[in-house]
Amino acid sequence: MTGRRGPVMSPGMARLLVIAGLLAVWEIGARLYADPLFLCPPSQALVALQDIFADPKIVRAIEITIYEVVVAFVVSVSVGMAIGLVVGLQGFTKRAILPVILLLYAIPQATILPLFILSFGIGPAAKIAFGVSHGIFPVIVTTVAGVQNLRPTLLTAARSMGANRWQVFTSIIFPHMIPSFFTGMRLGMTLVLLGVLLAELYVSTAGIGFYTRLFAESFAPPDLFALISVLAAIAVTLNELCRTAERHFSRWHAN
Amino acid sequence: MKKSSRLPQHLVQLGILLAVLLAWYWATLPGGINHLLLPPPIPVFEGFWVLFTTDSIWPDLLVTVREWVSAVVIASVSGCVLGYIISRSNYAVRVFDPLLAGLYSIPAILLFPLYLLFFGLGPGSKIAIGTTIAFFPIVLNTIAGLAYVDKAYVTAARSMGASDLQLFWSVMLPAAFPVVLTGLRIGCIVAFLSILGGETISSLAGLGHRIVSLAENMESSRMFSNILFAVLMAIVINGIVSFAEARGRRGMQ
Repeated sequence: MTGRRGPVMSPGMARLLVIAGLLAVWEIGARLYADPLFLCPPSQALVALQDIFADPKIVRAIEITIYEVVVAFVVSVSVGMAIGLVVGLQGFTKRAILPVILLLYAIPQATILPLFILSFGIGPAAKIAFGVSHGIFPVIVTTVAGVQNLRPTLLTAARSMGANRWQVFTSIIFPHMIPSFFTGMRLGMTLVLLGVLLAELYVSTAGIGFYTRLFAESFAPPDLFALISVLAAIAVTLNELCRTAERHFSRWHAN
Repeated sequence: MKKSSRLPQHLVQLGILLAVLLAWYWATLPGGINHLLLPPPIPVFEGFWVLFTTDSIWPDLLVTVREWVSAVVIASVSGCVLGYIISRSNYAVRVFDPLLAGLYSIPAILLFPLYLLFFGLGPGSKIAIGTTIAFFPIVLNTIAGLAYVDKAYVTAARSMGASDLQLFWSVMLPAAFPVVLTGLRIGCIVAFLSILGGETISSLAGLGHRIVSLAENMESSRMFSNILFAVLMAIVINGIVSFAEARGRRGMQ
């Protein structure tokens, strides 16, 4: 219980300092000890970033990956939410179908990756399908959980005041679902990225996963780290978008 | 009352299972789907039993389980310890929680080619990827559990004169335990999934390796038997971990 006033530095500043410190340790460590075939200092990765954006093939690869992720994400969220609502809004379907969905969720998708490749080929279709197979389940499960959080009193109150189904959905069910809906979207986004990249790493002729593998196998760590940082930036941006939307739509929930 | 109301939902579940099996059988009848894409169910189930006798799966299974256990142990210990240290101070939580959450959103599987360089094609790279992926849910849930304990409990315990240790054992830990357990459960599962993923991409042995090499040899029927095994194993792991979570939760109350 010391320092009620708190430290002088804002947490955001301190966070930046921590990141800068880690980068400095990496830079010094890599310069002094690392084998340049395996690890490079972050400054070299920064330089390699320019080469990467100068190469139209790699820019195209980044576009392909973003395209695959976006399509897979949109499909996962829309289909997943529809399934979640259908399953979650009724007690019986929830108890009967949800265990089946959880069972499917538990399947390690990586083991069926060869099947996706066999069925959809080595192009983007397989990556999108595999991304959806990852992303759809958290959306379903969190939608069901969100519907579950609904307090029955609210529903009864709304009905007794004469709300119709649509009004109940827009003013009670939907606002209540928002926090878990966005949690689901965030989880879904993470998993869609994972699925798409996993499929690209496994077999592909384009996309970030393909080049990551190529750079690793040709012992070019600066390019590899540059590409990973591009993807990390994309992932963090997408995540922050989801978080901002989540905060915006769940303001009413705060009090 | 409870028992009779459960019967219909189990019937629906059984019905879904039967429908899937029937659809599978029907789709693979002559003139149906190419058997390379979807082999008929009966040879797949026959192949499943052979996994335990002549077509032994044990060596690969052992490799995967060893990798999984190592990854889970490393990730749990480091995640819980780091989470505990961070959660000690509100300031540290505000500094590190968004940082870790941000890192969590980066798909760690991209590091796998790098890990292959660092740790080789063997178990090392899979343990590394499993640990990396399992670490974040564990540390984030440890922080979430310990740092966001309802302030009213803490104040109440303090005002009744609880010491730091008492506060931790009697208030913080019971309140945080379910959340931490959830993190551990997620960690166990994602570690298993990512290890299988790593084995699928590049490996020398393990379940994922087995499935991929069968797929590349176009031995669909045996591949399906192995997939069936991996799926059952994932379900069993899931069940065990969820059971442990539920038990742990009840034990704390």
